[in-house]
Amino acid sequence: MKPQSHAFKSESAKALEDPALQHALSQIQGLLVNGRRAAVDALPEFQALREAGRAIKDHTLDHLDLYLEHFASQVEARGGQVHFAATAEEACAAVLAICRDAGAERVIKSKSMVTEEIGLNAALEAASIRPVETDLGEYIIQLRDEPPSHIIAPAVHLGRRQVEEAFRANHTSLPVSRKIDEPAELLAEARHVLRSQFVSADVGITGANFLVAETGSAVVVTNEGNADLTMTLPRVHIVLTGIEKVVPTLEDALVLLRLLVRSATGQSATGYTTIASGKREARDLDGPDAFHVVLVDNGRSKLLGSRNREMLRCIRCGACMNHCPVYGAVGGHAYGWVYPGPMGAVLTPNFVGLHEAKDLPNASTFCGRCESVCPVMIPLPKLMRNLREEQFDARDVARSQRWALGLWATVAAHPTLYRFASRLGARVLARLGGRRGKLARLPLARGWTGHRDLPAPTGSTFTDLWKGGAR
Amino acid sequence: MTGEVPLRVGLFPTCLVDLFRPVVGFAAAQLLTRAGCEVSLPEGLTCCGQPSYNSGDRRSAQRLARQVISACEGFDYIVIPSGSCGGMLRHHYPELLADDALWAPRARQLAERSYELLSFLVDVLKLEGVDTAFPGTATYHDSCSGLRELGVKTQPRKLLASVEGLALTEMPGAETCCGFGGTFCVKYPAISNRMVSDKCTEAQATGAKLLLAGDLGCLMNIAGKLSRLGSPIEVRHVAEVLAGRLEVPALCGRADP
Ligand code: SF4
Repeated sequence: MKPQSHAFKSESAKALEDPALQHALSQIQGLLVNGRRAAVDALPEFQALREAGRAIKDHTLDHLDLYLEHFASQVEARGGQVHFAATAEEACAAVLAICRDAGAERVIKSKSMVTEEIGLNAALEAASIRPVETDLGEYIIQLRDEPPSHIIAPAVHLGRRQVEEAFRANHTSLPVSRKIDEPAELLAEARHVLRSQFVSADVGITGANFLVAETGSAVVVTNEGNADLTMTLPRVHIVLTGIEKVVPTLEDALVLLRLLVRSATGQSATGYTTIASGKREARDLDGPDAFHVVLVDNGRSKLLGSRNREMLRCIRCGACMNHCPVYGAVGGHAYGWVYPGPMGAVLTPNFVGLHEAKDLPNASTFCGRCESVCPVMIPLPKLMRNLREEQFDARDVARSQRWALGLWATVAAHPTLYRFASRLGARVLARLGGRRGKLARLPLARGWTGHRDLPAPTGSTFTDLWKGGAR
Repeated sequence: MTGEVPLRVGLFPTCLVDLFRPVVGFAAAQLLTRAGCEVSLPEGLTCCGQPSYNSGDRRSAQRLARQVISACEGFDYIVIPSGSCGGMLRHHYPELLADDALWAPRARQLAERSYELLSFLVDVLKLEGVDTAFPGTATYHDSCSGLRELGVKTQPRKLLASVEGLALTEMPGAETCCGFGGTFCVKYPAISNRMVSDKCTEAQATGAKLLLAGDLGCLMNIAGKLSRLGSPIEVRHVAEVLAGRLEVPALCGRADP
């Protein structure tokens, strides 16, 4: 997917004026934020669990090569194959090669943000293989030919009406007379169409929430059960995910799972939790004939060696965006790539380049709500600030802003000059404010006065008054 | 605290209070003095460096941090009527100067002695209440840094509960950011405007006649928006009410002729 992050400002302006989107965004609060709150309140050990989760991730990242090797050897011991892909292109090529070898024409997928990240659907289509998304949200946005706007609820920006439109436009067998404007009816329609896709597919591609090194397994959670069908019905199962998803043991995966589900949806467990450990064995009733794992780096080892390595702890729960007031105002598409919200503000610059995504780490008030809910305690504001420092050092900051900041810092570093300047500022602004006590317009401050008044100073600085004996 | 040697407190007024609203500094000094502290103004304070720090200009931020550290030595405590500047001194200075062998220990020392005003009054001085009155209902906005970096939540409410005649009506989203965010509000004005508009809607829904908070940045943002909307809600720093220093009109408020 071609990043559009450079257009953050114009896209967010559009988003703010889009009533359907605003309505959809207002639902997140009730659904996901309150859900998480209740789930966390019901679990007294949640904070201890967060610390345990962070420790597991940190330990694994410190020995990532070791655990990846062990994971690969376990997969191979069960007759599976592991493919390491350094780049998005390599990852797509690995999947295409597997499909070609299997003589596959039809591919089904369960939700995977890494496949969005590497542009897998486009690569498959270019090779005349039509991938069908089976997660309801992903399926809807595939029909609408648009990117996800949220990592766990990809179609959260849409309302019922828009889903109905997408179905009517694409499902040629759907009679015009049939009513599908209730959620249950929409679901039944999607299920009906997807059923036939499930049974006729040659290859099923899933992501993984965790990879378990000790057993060579992939842990996948869904609420729709579509990943289970995706991995058991087709002849070939491909797990495609990032290298940072590995954890040492099944127990570790369960600690993180408890954190993930509560943080994501407020459930204590998802509808389906599946541990896939390879191809069908003689005693199995069903399962694929072949099992592949494509491990994608695509900039992750670069992140591992950077100041922002803590970002690799991310378990993709989406809590940071659900609680982010900026995401809540503009939605996911404004961020212009696969990963929105605070986690995207850190990840996107790493993947698509800091210049392309230069607004993302800046479009935050550092209110800190993301960090306070992150289940693996990623200091997201700090990481965004690191990126701002990188931009500043690379001089990738608007000249006017650099100039204003530099001037401010220079004056502030000279207390005598500063006292003179603030005395002058207080006096001039107070006079401009007059008896009204506020300024409705101020040259060079349109960013402020365009939307709100500026309270006028009261006339003298605190320092001058205090030194003059006032108390 | 009669009989004891009074605590020597350095008041860091913050650049916004210094320039825009000195009464907040006087209110803070008065609360501290009444609680038995000896308050003075450290020489050579300007700004804590937060604008530079949050804009990626680490070097300028370090320079200002060193200036503040030097100015604030020799006091038992440094008290700041702002959660975000307080967070800067308590949390960010040690990180900013961590690699500086000379300054790292001094930064840590200052961090341990620096407190946001409400937190200092309640957590350190164990103040149970104030002796003042304010008739009417107020609502309280929890500024982000104070709340999440310093744990300021119950302290202002505890003291406000002791103000005679004052009733607090909470906003459901009291902990949601007001959209100020320092330079954020001028760099992303449309998003900031949405956030502060939501805040104003909530404030108006409480029916309170007064909105209080502990950070002048947030207060200026909210007051500016309420004023633009034509709302009669008055906006003040919580210290003004706690100290009974209401002689200056509320933020954006008209001076009496
Ligand atoms: S950064 Fe934290 S809160 Fe955000 S998606 Fe990742 S794990 Fe979840």
